[in-house]
Amino acid sequence: MSATTRAAHASAVALPSVAGLSFARAALELKTFFRRREAVVFTFALPVILLIIFGSIFHGHVPGTDVSFRQYFTAGIIASGIMSVTFVNLGVSIAMERDDGTLKRLAGTPMPKVAYFAGKGLSGLVISVFEVVILLVIGVGLYGLNMPDTAQRWFTFVWVFLLGVASCTLLGIAASSLPRSGRSAAAVLNLPYLVLQFISGVYFPFNSLPKGMQVIAAIFPLKWMCQGLRSVFLPDSMLVAEPAHSWELGKVALVLLAWIVGSLILCLRTFRWQSQADR
Amino acid sequence: MTISASPHPTTPRSASSGPTTPPHASVRVRGLRKAYRDVTAVDGVDLDIWHGEVFALLGPNGAGKTTTVEILEGYRQRDAGEVTVLGADPGQDGREWRSRIGIVLQSNTDADELTVREMIRYFAAYYPNHADPDEVIESVGLTEKAGARLRQLSGGQRRRVDVALGIVGRPELLFLDEPTTGFDPEARRQFWHLIKGLADGGTTILLTTHYLDEAETLANRVAVIAAGRIRAVGPPSELGGRGSARATVSWLSGDGRRSVETDTPSAVVAELAARFGGEVPELTVTRPTLEDIYLAMIGHDSGSAQESGSAQSPATTGASQ
Repeated sequence: MSATTRAAHASAVALPSVAGLSFARAALELKTFFRRREAVVFTFALPVILLIIFGSIFHGHVPGTDVSFRQYFTAGIIASGIMSVTFVNLGVSIAMERDDGTLKRLAGTPMPKVAYFAGKGLSGLVISVFEVVILLVIGVGLYGLNMPDTAQRWFTFVWVFLLGVASCTLLGIAASSLPRSGRSAAAVLNLPYLVLQFISGVYFPFNSLPKGMQVIAAIFPLKWMCQGLRSVFLPDSMLVAEPAHSWELGKVALVLLAWIVGSLILCLRTFRWQSQADR
Repeated sequence: MTISASPHPTTPRSASSGPTTPPHASVRVRGLRKAYRDVTAVDGVDLDIWHGEVFALLGPNGAGKTTTVEILEGYRQRDAGEVTVLGADPGQDGREWRSRIGIVLQSNTDADELTVREMIRYFAAYYPNHADPDEVIESVGLTEKAGARLRQLSGGQRRRVDVALGIVGRPELLFLDEPTTGFDPEARRQFWHLIKGLADGGTTILLTTHYLDEAETLANRVAVIAAGRIRAVGPPSELGGRGSARATVSWLSGDGRRSVETDTPSAVVAELAARFGGEVPELTVTRPTLEDIYLAMIGHDSGSAQESGSAQSPATTGASQ
């Protein structure tokens, strides 16, 4: 009798839900991030400083248009801010967690592995929202950036943001396996990020870059994130200075989706829960 | 009946050992092999760890200890052999199986910015049948540090957090990898007390350690592994024939220190007592320590090896002189 009651009780003890643990992981990631004050300041202050420095150096218009150059690179810095939060921060944090034993310890628990990635992704999303809001406040306040004025543009803003966050997050998770140690991670991930910023039309009008750079930049997501965000914040009079004389939103979506799928496959095949020294 | 006898009544699979496992084996290993490139780390290990026992795995660095344990923990894949841990193949690594084991790895430096309580609570949430986080913190003696960030803790305190994370899920089987490295003597005693408490509660424990006194204090049985093979298995008091090993009786005679090896130390002592008419000066009776046996097994020629050489001379002859 008591055995049956106990057995019935036993079957009621189920494994904790994946969704619940994903949110718990996200809460833990955010708590940890906001407690690392240096990282918080660096993450949020760097794009702001760049925005202000570029804003005080450059005036005038994008050549051949009536579009303020300050507004042009504000859109670009928002895109690169998203990439910094997701690709660089996330990739470095995972590489360090692989090094310090966090990943190995988690792999030894019944935590569903997808909850770890969901936690990283959700926390990256929240931090990206903070980043974008801060940059928009400065862009609108100092450089007269116009917030999207149609539902169409808001919709574009939301999907470009979400696809940008998703592709850079997955790319960051995949790239976290590249550095040999946690200490070298920041250097390894910042290099491609820096190069991409300069060739993707963040700080310079994209069609003023050498053709070769444009071709290379068009392979990676940042160029398309910048272009998508320009379509949201800049007037259509900008189109004459866009390489295709069109916002190419379909192509933006396609390239970002392709990166999401490609990075996901890369993550699934290459992700390691233990450091190389530990194998 | 069987259910209430189990330490984890709410975990169905522990209630009755599955048909795939022999009645009382928590861990069963047969012919385990693992090589890294051309280096053979584990070379045919057989092992049985009984339900409820504390089992210590001893061996020098590079002997295959960590590889063996990490295969049992599901961290590494084996090349060959049969491995059953709590009735399942650890290579298959399901969440349900993971919720029944606890792992305390070697040094971790993770999660610096979380407090002890936060860390234990987050980990507790991964397990279906976890213990109360505050009670776990209490049991490892960190109640006063519960609100401190992990980076503020000393090495020994961090190690206790590791242990707390290993036991918060109320595991049936706990892996402890060199748990007391870097502890001061008092912290080690406290830790031993904690482990004995878990063992008394029915938790099966696999301990790897470099400290032979730790193995002797905690383990019901120890195995010595060297060069990828198990050299001996047995209770610490009997390992390598230690229990039946000859005793060394040593005393101070008129012409210096004398000692004999004998199977009958009591008789020798009685004879000496009669000869000296009472107290024998500086009398000692010793048997090989676990360390002597261990060092001989892993192939280090130490002082103990020379002593056993002197065992050639018949003890009775020495005593009668």
